[in-house]
Amino acid sequence: MTTDMAVQPRRAAKASQKRKFMIEAIAVIAIALILILIMPMLLTGFRLNLLGRFLALGIVALGVDLIWGFTGLLSLGHGIFFGLGGYAFAMYLELNTLGEGQLPEFFGLYGVTELPWFWQPFNSLPFTLLAIFTIPAIVAGLLGYLVFRNRIRGVYFSILTQAALVVFFNLFNGQQKLINGTNGLKTSTSVFMNQQVGSDGMRMFFYISTVIALIAMYALCRWLTSGRFGRMLVAIRDDENRVRFSGYDPTAFKVLVFAVSGAIAGIAGALYTVQSGIISPQVMDIAFSIEMVIWVAVGGRATLVGAVLGAVLVNMARSLLSERFPDVWLFFQGALFLIVVTALPDGIIGWGRRQFGSVVSSALGITPTDVPYASDSDSVVEAVPEFAEK
Amino acid sequence: MLEGLIGGLFNGISIGAVLLIVALGLAIVFGLMGVINLAHGELMMFGAYTTFVVQNVAKSIGGIAPDLYIFAALPLAFLVAASLGLLLERTVIRYLYGRPLETLLATWGVSLILIQFIRSVSLPMVIGLGIFAVLFLVGRWVLTRYTDWERIQSWANPVFLGLSAAIAVLAWILIGNAGSAKFSRAWFSTRNVDVTPPSWLRGGITLGNTLQFPSARLFIIVLTILCLVAVYWFLNGTAWGLRIRSVTQNRGMSACLGIPTGQVDAITFALGSGLAGIAGCAVTLLGSVGPNLGANYIVDAFMVVVVGGVGKLVGSIVAALVIGITTYLVGSGTMALLFPPTGFFQPAIDFFTFFATTSMAKVMVFALIIAFLQVRPAGLFPPKGRSVEL
Repeated sequence: MTTDMAVQPRRAAKASQKRKFMIEAIAVIAIALILILIMPMLLTGFRLNLLGRFLALGIVALGVDLIWGFTGLLSLGHGIFFGLGGYAFAMYLELNTLGEGQLPEFFGLYGVTELPWFWQPFNSLPFTLLAIFTIPAIVAGLLGYLVFRNRIRGVYFSILTQAALVVFFNLFNGQQKLINGTNGLKTSTSVFMNQQVGSDGMRMFFYISTVIALIAMYALCRWLTSGRFGRMLVAIRDDENRVRFSGYDPTAFKVLVFAVSGAIAGIAGALYTVQSGIISPQVMDIAFSIEMVIWVAVGGRATLVGAVLGAVLVNMARSLLSERFPDVWLFFQGALFLIVVTALPDGIIGWGRRQFGSVVSSALGITPTDVPYASDSDSVVEAVPEFAEK
Repeated sequence: MLEGLIGGLFNGISIGAVLLIVALGLAIVFGLMGVINLAHGELMMFGAYTTFVVQNVAKSIGGIAPDLYIFAALPLAFLVAASLGLLLERTVIRYLYGRPLETLLATWGVSLILIQFIRSVSLPMVIGLGIFAVLFLVGRWVLTRYTDWERIQSWANPVFLGLSAAIAVLAWILIGNAGSAKFSRAWFSTRNVDVTPPSWLRGGITLGNTLQFPSARLFIIVLTILCLVAVYWFLNGTAWGLRIRSVTQNRGMSACLGIPTGQVDAITFALGSGLAGIAGCAVTLLGSVGPNLGANYIVDAFMVVVVGGVGKLVGSIVAALVIGITTYLVGSGTMALLFPPTGFFQPAIDFFTFFATTSMAKVMVFALIIAFLQVRPAGLFPPKGRSVEL
C-alpha cells in the first residue's frame, strides 16, 4: 500500500530529474561549442588568450567550490596546487626545448652543472601529464590528512592552509639554484609538440584544451556532488559532529575531496601557465589564493556554474578596471568581498535562482532547484546560542 | 660558546617578542569571538603610519621632541587602531557572528581597502569621505525619522549607501581634478617611508666581547612585557575583563545573566585592534614602513595563535617564544654548528644548512607546527570542557 503510493511521485521526480539532466547537458555542450567555435571569431588573439586564462581560473574555482561550497572547508592555500601543476608542466617544457645533454639556461647563472634529481622525471611527457594532477593531489591529501585527522577545522584549517602557502612560496622563491627562484620559469618560448608554446596555433590548441578540461572538470564535480557522496559532503558542511555520531568518518571524505580539489587546481595551473607564458612563485601569493575564494562567492557557493561564472566575471572586471584605473581596483575588490559576504551570500546564481528560479523552471518543465547554501543560517544562530560560540 | 648561546637566546626572544605583541590582540579577539581578523596586519600598518606622522610632527617641533615622540606615538597608535577596529566591528563584523569563515573573507576585503587607502589617501579623498559620512548618516537619520523605515529598509539601505558613495566618489574626483597638484597629492604614496628611532634607541648595549643587545630590540621586549601586564590586569582586574572572560567561556549563559555581549564584543575588538596599533608602532623601530607592512608579520602571528590555543594568554606567550627561538636557531644556521663536522653528521649538517635562511626557517617551523598539532590539536593549553568542538 505505502509502496504503491510512494512509487508515483518517485517516478515523477525521476522523470523530472532526467529532464533536468538533459537540459543541463545540452546547455553545457552548447556553451562549450560557443566557446570553441564562435568566440575565436569574435575576439582578437589577445582577448581570446585572456579568456582562455580566465577559463583556466574557472577550473580552479570549481575545485574551490567543491571544498568550500559543498564541504565547508575554506582553503586559503589553493595557490600551492595551482603552482605545483604549473611548475610541473613548465619544467617539462623547459627540458623539452633543449637538446640532448643541455641544461636549462638559468642553471648556468647559478653554477649548476648537473640536472637536479627531481627534474629528471620531467623529461617524459606521460609522467608530466600524470604529475600535473597527481603531485598536487598527493600534497593536498597529505596536508589534509595531517590536519583533518586531528579534527582541526574551521578557521584553524584556513589559516593552516595559508601558512602552508607561505611555506611553499618561500620554498620556490628561495631556491634559485633548483627552480630559478623569483624569476620563475618562462614557457612562451618553449617548444611543445615541435611548436613554440607562444605561437598562434599552439595558443588555439591550449585554448581549446582549456575549454575541454573545464567541461570535463565540471562533469566530474557535478558527478561527485550529485549522488550519495555529494550528500555526504553537504552533511559534513552542515553538521560534522552529527555525521560522526551517525557512524561515518568524515576524515576520509574530507581528505579525498581536498585531494580531488587540489588535483583540479593543478590542471588549471598547468593550463594557465602555458597561456600566460610564465610561472613564478607569484601564483603562490597570499592574495591570489584568497581571490579564488571570492570568485566562488561572487558566482554562488555550492553552484558549480556560479564558480566558473564568478571566476570569469571577476577577472574580466579586474582586467578592465586595472587597465584604466589601477588605483581603484583594490578598493573595488575589497568592496566586492564585503558586499558578497554581507549582502549577497548566495552569489549571483543563488540570487538569480531566488528571483527567477520558479519562472525558469516552470518554463522548462522541471522542479525548481533549492538554493543550496543555507543562507538563512543566521536564524539558527540566533535561536541556538551554542552555534554562535564558534 | 656561552656567549653564543646567550646571544642566540636573546635574538630568539626578541623575535618572539615581536611575534607576541602582534599576536596578542589577535589571540584575544579569536579567543572571545572565534574570529580571525585578516585585517590585523593592516591595523598594525595604521599604527606604524601614525608613528610616522607623530615623528614628523616631533621633528618640526624640534628640541627634545624627536627623542620623546615614541611616548606620544604609542598611545596615539593605540587610539587610531582601536577606533578603526571599533568602526570595523560595528559596521561589518557584528553582522557576521557565528559565521567565522565569512568574517575571515570580510576582514580580508577590509584589509585590501585599508592598503589602498594608505597608498592613495589625499586631501580630496578625505573630503570625499567626509561628504560620504555626512550624506549617509544625516540622510539616514532623516529617513528613519520621517518615513516608515522598517518597511523600506530592505531596499532603501543599499540604494542610499550606493547613492552617497557615488556622490562622494564624484566629489573626490572633481575636487582632485580642480585643485593644484600639491593639493591633491597622495600623502604617503606607495613608497616605503622611514621612521627614525629616537637617538637613545639607536645604539645597543655591549656585554663582553661579542654580545650585542640592540636597544630597539630591548625596548620591544620591555614594551611587550608591559602590554602583557596591562592586558592581564585588564582581563583579571576589571569589571569589563570579568565580562570578557565570562563571554569567552560561555556566550549564551553570559547573555542570559545580563552581560551585554554586543558591547563586550565591541570593546574586545577595539582592544585587540589597539594592541595591533601598538605592535605597528613597535615594528617601526625595526625597519621601514610601507603599505604591505602587515603581510610580513601576520602569518607568523596566526601560527602563534594556533600553537598557543585559545583563551589563555600563557599559551600565546610560550608559543611566541618557542617559535621565535626556533626560527632564529634554524634561520641563523646555529643548528648546523651544533654537530661536530665529521662525516657521520654530514647529512644532518647539510640538512640544517639548507634551512639556514630566514625564509627557509619558516618552512622548517611550519613543518614542526604541523607535527606538533598531531600531538596537541587544540594547541598548548586547550580550553577544558565537555563540548564536542575542540
